Amino acid sequence: MSAVAEAPIATAADARRAGGWLLVATAILLSVWVLLPIYLLIVNALSSPEQVTAFPKRFFPSFDVGSLSFFINFAGVARALWNSVLVATLTMILSIGFGAPAGYALSRFDFPGKGTFRFMVLMTRAFPLPLLALPLAVMFIRTGLDDTAIGLALVHTTLALPFAVLITFSLFSGIPVELEEAAWTLGCTRLQAFRKVILPLALPGIAASAVFAFTISWNEVFAAAVLTIENRTLTAFLLQSLGESPLYLKFAGGAALVVPALIFIFAVRKYLFAMWGIANR
Amino acid sequence: MHGKALPYLLLMPATLFLCVFFLYPFALVAFEAVTRDGAFTLDNFRTMAGSWKFPVTVRNTLLLAAIVVPIQLAVALLMASVVSRLETGRSAALYIFAIPLGISDLAAGLIWLAIFDQSGFLNTLLSGLGIVDRPIMFLGYQSKLTIFIAVALAEIWRATAIMMVILVAGMGLIPKEYYEAAEVFGAGPWKRFVRITLPLLRPSLQTAIILRVILAFEVFAVVAALGGTNLPVLMGETYNWQFTLQDRNVAAASALLILAISIGFTLFFLRVLRVPKEARI
Repeated sequence: MSAVAEAPIATAADARRAGGWLLVATAILLSVWVLLPIYLLIVNALSSPEQVTAFPKRFFPSFDVGSLSFFINFAGVARALWNSVLVATLTMILSIGFGAPAGYALSRFDFPGKGTFRFMVLMTRAFPLPLLALPLAVMFIRTGLDDTAIGLALVHTTLALPFAVLITFSLFSGIPVELEEAAWTLGCTRLQAFRKVILPLALPGIAASAVFAFTISWNEVFAAAVLTIENRTLTAFLLQSLGESPLYLKFAGGAALVVPALIFIFAVRKYLFAMWGIANR
Repeated sequence: MHGKALPYLLLMPATLFLCVFFLYPFALVAFEAVTRDGAFTLDNFRTMAGSWKFPVTVRNTLLLAAIVVPIQLAVALLMASVVSRLETGRSAALYIFAIPLGISDLAAGLIWLAIFDQSGFLNTLLSGLGIVDRPIMFLGYQSKLTIFIAVALAEIWRATAIMMVILVAGMGLIPKEYYEAAEVFGAGPWKRFVRITLPLLRPSLQTAIILRVILAFEVFAVVAALGGTNLPVLMGETYNWQFTLQDRNVAAASALLILAISIGFTLFFLRVLRVPKEARI
């Protein structure tokens, strides 16, 4: 890159500098486009109920916790929050528990049927998966899984499992097989080699894909609304009370959904490419 | 444990899971759509298509996808170009642009509700600037156009990130030498973008478009938060058939229609943006 920087004519350097400013300005503009709406929601969540429904609005929060405490104390919210966390945790465990072994197998072995399995995993992407909740609702009633956290977590796992497989696949592929072979020659069994050599190296990535599975479940609306009645998750609760709930409840609820998501995405930011970019090819 | 059986053993949990919770429900939903009380019939589709809302619903869904996806593609390309060219603040920009990836569609709808609501920030801004005398009702049942615009903006805001991340990963794979060679021959930034970036980005573009189009047909919670029943879309109508109208056979037919549209568009883009094996990087 430095080789082309020595532009012989002054106008070329000027154009480059102008281009640089344009680039920075575009980056800032796009950042504002992303951040401003979130900021406005947070302003609402941190204002008193009266201020939220008042007009005109202030563009700065008054740091009144009235809306938030109304939200937390509203009948059903605490339970919905708990259900969301429970379902998301179960989804996380299931998708990593099923997905990581498959990812490891894909990265380390060549075997007949490998292509078919990969195809099936990739195919799940081409389907609107939340629709699965409709036929499963009936099956769950028959098996007693209806309106339970584990039932919903199973559906959310179909959403998260393909990601878990593909992320762990690219993760294990990035760890040289020679490390494992060295451990075998030193007398480790396959399992020991995996536990002592591969797992420590893969753990941060696995944790990131676990966080990602958690986020998928935390955010999912349609299946949650279809499959839960008493044990509603936060998204299902907010969706079903959209019609009657006051504005400040909606905004506080929205903030309760967004803030953990911001933290999750920040935690897994290094792995975003493995998850979306590379895993999709 | 023998080497031959091990990969299959590792794949077994994920495979069984996908069979039970992915393949089986789809067989079930197809079966429910074409039967009623155990007998084969196309009545479910007739009932669905006969509803007065049906033409509007299909039109809204397709129109929304047709408007939102191209804009998102343009914005995502812009974001990806900015990210791949930034030298300082690259990872910060990437994180900020990727934030909406972790935000639930319901939360996105609530975020834009804070802006478009009658006592919201847009009205505050407009009246502060003296453009309107009193707050406009953007999301009332009489203002279908502004509801549509609000939903489109919320969708563009929320789901551009997924395309952006895929495209950034794709741009990272394009060899730098191509750009340097083009620069030597006097190609400007725009020409380099059109002649190098776009053609070589085709596999990523294909993935991004397919993924995004499928998600566009699944639009649900954003519409529920912003438009309620004023802007019926396919996924929302499916939900209505299941819950409000308590007819799960018609709901299944509706789900099957969404599936068919998704698969149709997937095949279409796979064909149109086909990348020959030899042309891959």
